[in-house]
Amino acid sequence: MGASLKDIKRQSVAVDKTRQITRAMNMVAASKLKAAQLKMENFRPYADKIMDVFDSLASRVTSFTNPLLAVREPRRVRVIMMTSDRGLCGGFNANVIKEVNKFKREKTAEGKEVSLITAGKKGRDSFRKEGNVVGEYVDKLGNFDISLAAGIAGEAVPSFIAEEYDELYLCYNEFRNIASQKPIMIRLLPASSVGSDEGGSESTVDYIYEPSEEDLLAHIIPLYLRVLIYRGLLETSAGEHGARMVAMDNARSSCEDMLQSLTQQFNRARQAAITSELMDIVGGTEALSAGK
Amino acid sequence: MPDELMLEIVTPDRLAFSDVVEEVTLSGSEGEFGVLIGHAPLLSSMKIGELNYTKDNKKAYYLVGEGYAEITGLKATVLVESIEGASSIIVEEAKKAQESAEAKLAAMDKDDLDYEKVKKSLDMAAARLKVSQKV
Repeated sequence: MGASLKDIKRQSVAVDKTRQITRAMNMVAASKLKAAQLKMENFRPYADKIMDVFDSLASRVTSFTNPLLAVREPRRVRVIMMTSDRGLCGGFNANVIKEVNKFKREKTAEGKEVSLITAGKKGRDSFRKEGNVVGEYVDKLGNFDISLAAGIAGEAVPSFIAEEYDELYLCYNEFRNIASQKPIMIRLLPASSVGSDEGGSESTVDYIYEPSEEDLLAHIIPLYLRVLIYRGLLETSAGEHGARMVAMDNARSSCEDMLQSLTQQFNRARQAAITSELMDIVGGTEALSAGK
Repeated sequence: MPDELMLEIVTPDRLAFSDVVEEVTLSGSEGEFGVLIGHAPLLSSMKIGELNYTKDNKKAYYLVGEGYAEITGLKATVLVESIEGASSIIVEEAKKAQESAEAKLAAMDKDDLDYEKVKKSLDMAAARLKVSQKV
């Protein structure tokens, strides 16, 4: 029994404090998650509609005069990578970083150049040394609205038109549920219709287009990008809180395990101390009575 | 067949309005247009400006941002960046915003990256003033 009673006591007080902190963080994350999920739900009708309109227009317009639809030989590829600003959320950020690294290796092996736009501090930090981060949005994910997405899109689009790069991807953690987020990689530019079967029930309607279909499409592509980027940001933010909740829950249960074993150790040590004290007394009296 | 048009106004933050109305007037990018029930299917882009609808013979005025309107015979779906009620507009503030945007714009070059942005805020302020007069 190496540790003294005092040491064990001190250690268990420390663990108990950690347990309290993780519990508080869990609760904070839970309420933030709720807000983020609400934001996601409120955005869905708008996003769905924009996607519908984009899909029906994109499948209709066949002449690709729009610069944002221009398919070029992809020699330079840009990725918008979304992570959280803060840690303590398990493998949440590591998963996205891993995915981007894998993507980068593959593209580099094909002789392509990969540059990054990072949203979130964690992603920026992990790629900062490599010097291929062309744009960064740090400490913005606390409280944001669609103008953040508009800003990101507004930076990415002109350089695509100027042919500074040929393809734009977006990588973030898709929010499936509180316990599960999975990194996904989607192509933003050149924009293409994602409609699984060309035109659902809606596009069978023969619309009057005002202005022309092409002008409408030119107008809606930036909006479509904004919607995709904003959705990525919303899912990242919800996922971050979800992941943190799970991480903090795990941390708390480890704390509880530790506390239990520390309490056991403490009791055992105390018992040992009592026993040895008793032995001393008994030994002392016996020695005294033997000496009589 | 119902004799009233279903109007839905959706912004990125929420479903802002969803109710049946008698008529709705929108600021299309090609000009203002009114929609009654039975309108031919139409997909139009919208510019910053006024939106008003009539319900129970009363008109309600709103200012909406850029977006789209999708009209089918029974339903009008309006997708806009923002919406505000005409009565919630503070005229003084809108005037100030208009003046500052005008001053900024005058000092700017047309090629400036922020030109579009400032122009938009100017349009917004001007439209705000115009709509606020309707109440």
